[in-house]
Amino acid sequence: MELIFEISKSGRSAVQVPASDVPEVNIGDAIGPKYLRGDLDLPEVAEIDLVRHYTNLSRRNFGVDLGFYPLGSCTMKYNPKINENIAALPGFAGLHPNAPSEFAQGSLGLMYDMQRLLAGLFGMADFTLQPAAGAHGELTGVMMIRKYFEKRGEKRRRILIPDAAHGTNPASGALCGFETVTLRSNPEGGVDLNHLESLMTQDTAALMLTNPNTLGLFERNIEKVAAIVHGAGGLLYGDGANANAYLGKTRPGDLGFDVIQLNLHKTFSTPHGGGGPGSGPVGVAEKLVDFLPAPRVVKNGEGYSLSEDFPYTIGRVRAFYGNFTVIVKAYAYLRSLGEEGLRRATEMAVLNANYIKERLKSYFDLPYDRVCMHECVFSGNRQVAESGVHTSDIAKRLIDFGYHPPTIYFPLIVPEAIMIEPTETESKETLDAFCDAMIAIAKEAKENPQRIKDAPLSTPVGRLDEVLAARKPDVCWERS
Amino acid sequence: MSKPNPTDRWYSKDHEWILDRGDGTASVGITDYAQEMLTDIVYVELPPIGKKVAAGEPLAVVESVKSVSDVYSPVSGEVIGVNTALENTPELVNRDAFGEGWIARLKVADPEELKTLLNATAYDALIREEKH
Repeated sequence: MELIFEISKSGRSAVQVPASDVPEVNIGDAIGPKYLRGDLDLPEVAEIDLVRHYTNLSRRNFGVDLGFYPLGSCTMKYNPKINENIAALPGFAGLHPNAPSEFAQGSLGLMYDMQRLLAGLFGMADFTLQPAAGAHGELTGVMMIRKYFEKRGEKRRRILIPDAAHGTNPASGALCGFETVTLRSNPEGGVDLNHLESLMTQDTAALMLTNPNTLGLFERNIEKVAAIVHGAGGLLYGDGANANAYLGKTRPGDLGFDVIQLNLHKTFSTPHGGGGPGSGPVGVAEKLVDFLPAPRVVKNGEGYSLSEDFPYTIGRVRAFYGNFTVIVKAYAYLRSLGEEGLRRATEMAVLNANYIKERLKSYFDLPYDRVCMHECVFSGNRQVAESGVHTSDIAKRLIDFGYHPPTIYFPLIVPEAIMIEPTETESKETLDAFCDAMIAIAKEAKENPQRIKDAPLSTPVGRLDEVLAARKPDVCWERS
Repeated sequence: MSKPNPTDRWYSKDHEWILDRGDGTASVGITDYAQEMLTDIVYVELPPIGKKVAAGEPLAVVESVKSVSDVYSPVSGEVIGVNTALENTPELVNRDAFGEGWIARLKVADPEELKTLLNATAYDALIREEKH
């Protein structure tokens, strides 16, 4: 497909500027020739060319509205359209961020209500909605942990991160000046309690734990883990990346977590993928409430306002109200499903993942063979040994069957990892068709491995040279 | 199949090799088995000269099309040289992990520490076990 620069013809235009009804000003005189550029080489196309160009581009894209996308909530799960309708209401969409509180009562009320609902669902004392995404929420959570120990006059330098964690966890710890120490997993994919005990010294501030972890496994010893961390005066941080696996079933606050950060796109079906905008609310236990970012939405009588009056706050972490319309979409999802609906969504997410796990486990290695939560992790080791077909080849072949590939090569502790998260919205028919495709690929790997190594065979461009692209990236187009 | 592990050097459980130069310094790299597991290496982040590392601490970072991995220092010491050829030709690690693909040169803090590492036979056994 040609770039828009390549279809450009000098003099064509997609806009018609109406005749000016004010005196013309010479732009060179007005801003000075120093700031004028004549060498920009912008594309010039007619409206029809413009429409066709971008429509054709969009038809080469693949999204969850087109087909099954087993990357799951990590990138994009299905977003009910009612979320969009609610967020587009003029009272929300048209609100100026600088509007005084008395003109924003509905929006402030929604935020206040959202904080209370999240606090109830997760068993935390209070929430902030400011952070712009999950990783930003992690940073906010770790900043509160640092402030908590500062106020107590304790110097703790280390944060523990399990080897199955998301890469953002050590990054958030390091950004706040902590030394991050890796905590080992035990053979069944949970926390190695002896290792935790030996690392949990007076120098350790917190354990950052994702539960269920990135293997899709619920930490069986979570109460013991919390007891060890708290026993040494530390805090238990929960990465809520996988909160969609237990919403309405259990609450992190009841399990002993002191901080939990959410990703609204993963847990509450707001759009994500392609970089956002995201939203990463953070909930805290009573002992950390004083450190929440300010301003906070407070209720006075029947009205709502923003208050800065919190002396121990870590301060503001985001301009205005965070990514407000994302919060509106999550609120719409939460209220349209209700408590029973959320619980049912959780049950379906877990059931769907276990269904795929059971249907595929005789065809692909399953390193941790136990009941999983919302995702299951296979290994392509058997295919590598049998026919030299790697997980990346299997992922490329899936494209030919009309599926977006799942997450591969993560978590890092599983070699040749294939992580499948179907999410709650998919029907049994969809799951069966996907499993049939995976089984067909497993058979093909034995009978005709070269076909898989050459995949994808049905796309506008075939196998890309990822090594060359990474070693010698060339991202600038030049007119030939 | 990966190349045989040379018997002139020591190995870590994390798949690094270290070659004693006999003058208080040693070269460090990753094993051929490690480069084979990582697949095509596209970037090597080299440590700054003068960096002090303890045994088991991150020394460098290798990025392949599949993943980003730390290279741990097999012993304690100070970085006195790095293989700058890797900046533009990281594929040297794939081509010749035990030779031209070396990563850093260390001034070894305690030569006795080398003896706590694996010899080629023990390392052969380790990777045989990992494959199963």
